[in-house]
Amino acid sequence: MTIADGPALPKLIGERVKRREDPRLIQGQATYVDDIKLPGMLHLAFKRSDIAHGVIRSIDTSAAAAMEGVELVITGAELAEHLGPMPIGTPFPAPDHYSVATDKVRYVGEPVAVVVAEDRYLARDAADAIEVEYDELPAVVDPEAAMEAGSATLHEGFERNIAVESYWGGTGVNPETAQPEDDSAVDAAFAEADVVVSQRMLNQRLAPNAMEPRGVVAHYEPGREYLTVWSATQNPHILRTLVAALMGLGEHQVRAVAPEVGGGFGCKINIYGEEYVAAALSRLVKAPVKWIEDRTEAFLTTTHGRDLLGYIDLAAKNDGTITGLKARIIADIGAYEVLLTAMIPTLTGLMMNGVYRLPVVRHELTEVFTNKTPTDAYRGAGRPEGLYFLERAVDMVARELGMDPAEIRRKNFVPPDEFPFATQGGLVYDSGNYEPCLDKALEVADWQGLLAERDAARAEGRIVGVGLSFYVEVCGLGPSAVVPTGGWEHSGVTVERGGKVTATTGASPHGQGNETTFAQMLADHFSIPLEDITILHGDTSVVKQGIGTFGSRSQAVGGAALISAAGKAGDKMKQFAAALMTDQEVSPEDLVFEDGRIQVEGAPEVSKTFAEVADYAYVPVPLPPGMEPGVSEEAFFEPENNTYPFGCHISMVEVDRDTGETKLLKLIAVDDCGNVINPLIVDGQVHGGLAQGIGQAMFEEVVYDEDGQPVTASFMDYVMPRAADLPVFELDRTVTPTPINPLGAKGVGEAGTIGSTPCVVNAAVDALAPFGVTHIEMPLRPERMWRLINEGGQS
Amino acid sequence: MIPTAFEYRRAGSVAEALSLLQEGGPEAKLLAGGHSLIPMMKQRLAEPGLLIDIGGLDELRGIQEDGGEIAIGAAMTHAEIAASDVLRAQAPIVAETAANIGDAQVRNRGTIGGSLAHADPGADLPAVMVALDATIALLGPNGERKVQAEDFFQDILTVDLAEDEIVTGVCFQACRSAAYAKLEQRASKFALVGVAAALSLDGGTCSSARVAVTGASSHAQRLSGVEGALAGASLPGGAADAASGAGDALDFVNEDLHGSEEYRRAMTAVFARRAIEAAAGRS
Repeated sequence: MTIADGPALPKLIGERVKRREDPRLIQGQATYVDDIKLPGMLHLAFKRSDIAHGVIRSIDTSAAAAMEGVELVITGAELAEHLGPMPIGTPFPAPDHYSVATDKVRYVGEPVAVVVAEDRYLARDAADAIEVEYDELPAVVDPEAAMEAGSATLHEGFERNIAVESYWGGTGVNPETAQPEDDSAVDAAFAEADVVVSQRMLNQRLAPNAMEPRGVVAHYEPGREYLTVWSATQNPHILRTLVAALMGLGEHQVRAVAPEVGGGFGCKINIYGEEYVAAALSRLVKAPVKWIEDRTEAFLTTTHGRDLLGYIDLAAKNDGTITGLKARIIADIGAYEVLLTAMIPTLTGLMMNGVYRLPVVRHELTEVFTNKTPTDAYRGAGRPEGLYFLERAVDMVARELGMDPAEIRRKNFVPPDEFPFATQGGLVYDSGNYEPCLDKALEVADWQGLLAERDAARAEGRIVGVGLSFYVEVCGLGPSAVVPTGGWEHSGVTVERGGKVTATTGASPHGQGNETTFAQMLADHFSIPLEDITILHGDTSVVKQGIGTFGSRSQAVGGAALISAAGKAGDKMKQFAAALMTDQEVSPEDLVFEDGRIQVEGAPEVSKTFAEVADYAYVPVPLPPGMEPGVSEEAFFEPENNTYPFGCHISMVEVDRDTGETKLLKLIAVDDCGNVINPLIVDGQVHGGLAQGIGQAMFEEVVYDEDGQPVTASFMDYVMPRAADLPVFELDRTVTPTPINPLGAKGVGEAGTIGSTPCVVNAAVDALAPFGVTHIEMPLRPERMWRLINEGGQS
Repeated sequence: MIPTAFEYRRAGSVAEALSLLQEGGPEAKLLAGGHSLIPMMKQRLAEPGLLIDIGGLDELRGIQEDGGEIAIGAAMTHAEIAASDVLRAQAPIVAETAANIGDAQVRNRGTIGGSLAHADPGADLPAVMVALDATIALLGPNGERKVQAEDFFQDILTVDLAEDEIVTGVCFQACRSAAYAKLEQRASKFALVGVAAALSLDGGTCSSARVAVTGASSHAQRLSGVEGALAGASLPGGAADAASGAGDALDFVNEDLHGSEEYRRAMTAVFARRAIEAAAGRS
């Protein structure tokens, strides 16, 4: 088959190509974990702790075990004979954490026993029939009180509930020990400052709330000694590695599959107890088992995000020059360290350099155990917290000095000629050009017009405020030096018979649209139609190697691996093409891909179709000397550094004087994520991120009472942002490519959550500034705002 | 999210529903839209052994106007009520309130009878029915019984409805000069505080008024102090004065994450004023 005189193919990179994934997703034709049904499959239900902290005195499983159709009831202590403590992915000391509690429970929702039964309803009935008696212990809820002598402690060996303590200063740090030898420059900077702002701020705890809850199906086949695990995960290859390790299997004996995954936002990076338990119990009962999380379990047991308390001091000169930062951060990490728990808050301090020349920094971090659900990554993962603290503090300095919030930022920007720029925390920003981005945002927003509009509204007695933030974030995780599982990505590109292309990626999209963007890249690379390309992902038996999708890495790392593999496959196609054109004495180096053909550059008449070259590659008669048949190539891409996208967000809010309700009137986001493959998808990523960042600013918060009982464990009390709460976003971008990968793309998945949160809070503070308000804690609950209007001060 | 086992019966008539209800005893629950009951069952907060589905019964459906009296069948959904031309013309408060309940899915399934019988302390329609001085029609083994709305709502999730009775509908006098205003609890969309005001107006002067609050307290109830202050008040100018003491007069006020007692009392006054102003603006 040939494509003789086929139509000219438009270049697709940079085009707003509609997501190829969406028709199946919105028509109910996609396969999620819960759609997987295997013959003889049994169902799991977990008996979970209803207290926050206590010693398990007894577990009576007799009534549950006696129910007809119940295959097995097993307690945590019994299960520990089959499953050791769960591995984590950080180098920090961590207490043992079993999939199912063995002797003590440390948060509401922690599993204490598991039922295996014929159906899901029966499994739940049996779990409810399990009787557990506890000796209750005082709940540790406040992370500051948790560190005081005399507080109850969660874990032996972790005095005062402290999991991690770190300290670094901006000057005089011994790089070998990371200990400060002399950070007197920090004290000097503050002593010499004209203005110092000091603020305690809470970046509150959030529940990720992916639309699809977690779920797992595990099938251990004893005859093959082979385990298959389907899971709603962001990273099937990491799942394979860790499940294999805990099951005592080799990776060659485990296949992990992430079928369609309905959102992750970071909470599906962690490998959870339920995944290990399903694998172990499938082996024990010799049948496939399934567990699907319900929404209550999602609130109680899927990792939470954020929950950082910051004591922030920022020093500046009268002209607005920032001269020093002190940040003392207390992270409430909940009851255990899971996969990346302890690492996330370390990113907060690292990113608190922001986009500024910051001469001196002192950063202290304490991570504290409390009787709450463990924390881990949540969209932005450490960076939103840091940028929130910094951008609030910069705004406070501007207010103190009576400076325009845009101008104080402009004054302190790292200038474009200082890139690559080494921060106080040891990061090296790859590229940046901040001022044009600021100017574009000011222009799109009509900043002066907004200020005039605000002032006019105030003159009418309305309560209106305008806010701005400027963020930089770290994306494209990698490299391997900082990711314990490896920081590379892998891709395979196969040109099939007939000239169609199948590619695999170790990035594991769960909403990011890589089936579209990656196909756009290959369509341009080979100059073939988008429809001729299939992108496969999420199955370790199909995708040879991989790391996964998190840290805005799919495009910057996964895309780079793809293009590298495509390059290899393309080279081989050109060799076969040249072999088909020996009579014309064509060299592979002279060939290019053009409109479905492989042709001599500038001479379309000297060409073969892509399809006929592909067919020849699989029936290579004669086989060109030195060549193997077929075209199936793979590549790993190891980034040498991270990428550092940035952006400027501007918002306008109005507060109802009677009720304290805050309405977001405008949000303008100008983001720079480097080169853009698909502007439609990038806009979509920004939209979603903005909604979540605004959700944190205005609505969302996980609340526990003094006994460690969750107060917000359903959508009746946990406030999610709704479309009607959001204005029509005004988006634009600047483009500063990264030199770190051949695409020049930086990553955009988390950007929206990072800039929008401080931007909206800055606007709310501006709105209430006439009432003497200098800071407002999130979320902007109506009652909180109402009190500030009536009482002034801070909340 | 996994309920306990239950039996499901679809009643073919109200009479059959009544007999099933008697047979089932305390284990039996009526199901119409299911938007209060099913979430509770999914969380195992309710574990009825028998569900009697009355949602599709023709006898419980319809919106009629006759000589100024409007009757709504218990199984009418909020969406149907919101779209009713009769209500929009003659009792716009009811249509508007229904249009702002929950979200579209809730409005498409939830029914007025279910909302009144369940009596969530933050439900919108109970306050509207109290303000309109509606009569709630109940059918039991001993025949029909009619209860005034203000007597029907007794305490949190507690109404004057026997276990063997069914709410069949509500009726009230047409009233244009009535409005409902609420502060939404942002997560649930129930009323943190909602106030319904129904006014009798003589030009710009209020001759009499019925004002009721929901969300603030255990159950929907009249704000008699506000009603008294409205008698003879000139509107809309006098709304703020009349409403100012609305919250302070409540005996019991709810308190939770979304609003303290103090805030709810203050918001009762704010939304009483807004409801009165909106109602006065309708004349």
